[in-house]
Amino acid sequence: MKSLERDLRAVRATGRKLLVPYFMGGLTNDWTEHVEAAVLAGADAVEIGIPFSDPMMDGPVIQEADLRSLAFGTTLESICDDLSRLDAAVPLIAMTYYNIVLHYGLDRAAGKLADSGIHGAIIPDLALEETAPWIAACDGADVASVLLVAPSTPPARVDQLAARTQGFAYASARMAVTGQSAGGGDGERVVESIRRTSDVPALMGIGIATPNQAKEAAEVSDGVIVGSALVQVILDGGGTSEIESFIRSFRSAIDS
Amino acid sequence: MSDPVLYMEEPDERGRFGEFGGRFVPEALMPACLELEAAFTDAWSDAAFIEEYRTVLREFAGRPTPVTPLVRLGEHLGLRIFAKREDLAHTGSHKINNVIGQTLLTKRMGKRRVIAETGAGQHGVATATAAARLGLECTVFMGEVDTERQILNVFRMELLGSRVVPVTSGSRTLKDAVNEAMREWVTCVADTHYCIGSVMGPHPFPWIVREFQSIIGQEASRQLADFGVDVPDAVIACVGGGSNAAGIFAGFANTSSRLIGIEAAGGSAVGNGSPGVLHGMRSLLMQDEFGQIEEAHSISAGLDYPGIGPEHAHLAQIGRAEYYAIGDEDVIGALRLLSEKEGIIPALETAHAVAWMIREAGGALPTGSTVLLNLSGRGDKDVAQVQAILRAQS
Repeated sequence: MKSLERDLRAVRATGRKLLVPYFMGGLTNDWTEHVEAAVLAGADAVEIGIPFSDPMMDGPVIQEADLRSLAFGTTLESICDDLSRLDAAVPLIAMTYYNIVLHYGLDRAAGKLADSGIHGAIIPDLALEETAPWIAACDGADVASVLLVAPSTPPARVDQLAARTQGFAYASARMAVTGQSAGGGDGERVVESIRRTSDVPALMGIGIATPNQAKEAAEVSDGVIVGSALVQVILDGGGTSEIESFIRSFRSAIDS
Repeated sequence: MSDPVLYMEEPDERGRFGEFGGRFVPEALMPACLELEAAFTDAWSDAAFIEEYRTVLREFAGRPTPVTPLVRLGEHLGLRIFAKREDLAHTGSHKINNVIGQTLLTKRMGKRRVIAETGAGQHGVATATAAARLGLECTVFMGEVDTERQILNVFRMELLGSRVVPVTSGSRTLKDAVNEAMREWVTCVADTHYCIGSVMGPHPFPWIVREFQSIIGQEASRQLADFGVDVPDAVIACVGGGSNAAGIFAGFANTSSRLIGIEAAGGSAVGNGSPGVLHGMRSLLMQDEFGQIEEAHSISAGLDYPGIGPEHAHLAQIGRAEYYAIGDEDVIGALRLLSEKEGIIPALETAHAVAWMIREAGGALPTGSTVLLNLSGRGDKDVAQVQAILRAQS
């Protein structure tokens, strides 16, 4: 078992629901301070976006963050270098697209992430059928390769994904790209389908925009991932104090 | 004795053509890709489906399109030139062949709606047309830049009852229209088919689109025989994603013909690209040293794409097909020469292939060669742009 899964299971064992905010790496000069603020305010792990020019699974908010960060010259390497300034007390998970790690070299990318304290990676355009080379690279470096399960995933495929995912299972709360929060969502059904065969931590994400949505999602899962709503705060100019209050509001809703 | 190597056969079970292709899509779309593969495999071995596809192409889309000997241009260039007249197909380009196939498949899968991306608007218009004919809802994603330079095609799609969504993300051209169509597809995959316009995207799209376009090559092969031509020395087509080229190459892949694809210099994935993953496929892409996709630039919106279909990347790698690039500066002259010599105003995309033929006559195309040109589209959509360019030059 990789360290990410061990760490997340340890939190779950205390009865605490996991709160995982997403930050776009390199979005501002002080982005690592944003990460620290989130940890202080109660984040249990942090997802860090490595920007890509063509983020197929992301809505307008994260797209904007991708483009802004790229305009600053952000790369996989610059993010990893920035992270050396950070002494993260919680697990870090990268989120990027396959072309970024493919271009850097799969083994080299996994090694670089692990050396920078990132022990998980979510690559949403890497389907199960294509994931073997990346998993092999991750296995060489204590990086957990996190797979997504979607509301459209048929049961037999859920079983395969639950068996193959590492760290946790990313349960998509709805058929949507990031940042679309309309409708009730299918997250509960997705989590239930994962739990039929697996006790891997199941975190719900996509379209969780308010403390109340996070509370409802956490009640039926092991925790939540909050991305676009938080990135919007930063795009609007919010700094560490706005981020802290954002995270605290989600934390207290989840814990209540 | 070993079996002869056959080209342009089915991809392998992972959807690969050699090392290119595959299926790099979000999990949410994987079930739809698998469903589509099964549905197409079933349909394409069903004689009734094939008959329906051919009937619609004959009764509605104007197939077979003729092969025209280009005698005056041929005398001018010292070549024996035949043009496969996809410009005469309904809606003015080869795009109709693919959309008739995919919309029939949409109905067969029980879906009620299609979405599509478009660059120049040819695929968008073709999809809107087929959707109207078959009673499907249709939404077309088009980069905002392209909606401005192809404003009449936007109106055409709207007249046909489709909704056109201008895409404002990224470079606001074809690659961003593909991204946006993919994002939309995630939200509506249960009742909507994504009608991809070229031999690109995740498996099975590159294979499906090539199969639906291969009627171009099949017809041309038969028609050339009527002119006493067994096998042309070269088959030439323009390449953006590469669907018209794949369609005509498929008829000659296992002959001695040279297969020649012409990219726009500002969108030359074979000439300037490297292997990477975009839009669900592993192929050759224009990208920087970090794997960020570069923006393509071309006088023709239809060739403004930083990638190429994975089967073309494979054919280039194994050397079965050749790919060259033509810059914007040579395109207008080629369009004018074909217009004046043959009475055919080609699309700017097609004019790239014409320009290469003009440039290489007596060179890479030895004098006296027999050449089959895929005249993939007509130039009506481009005349205002050409007029503006010529006025600016004079």
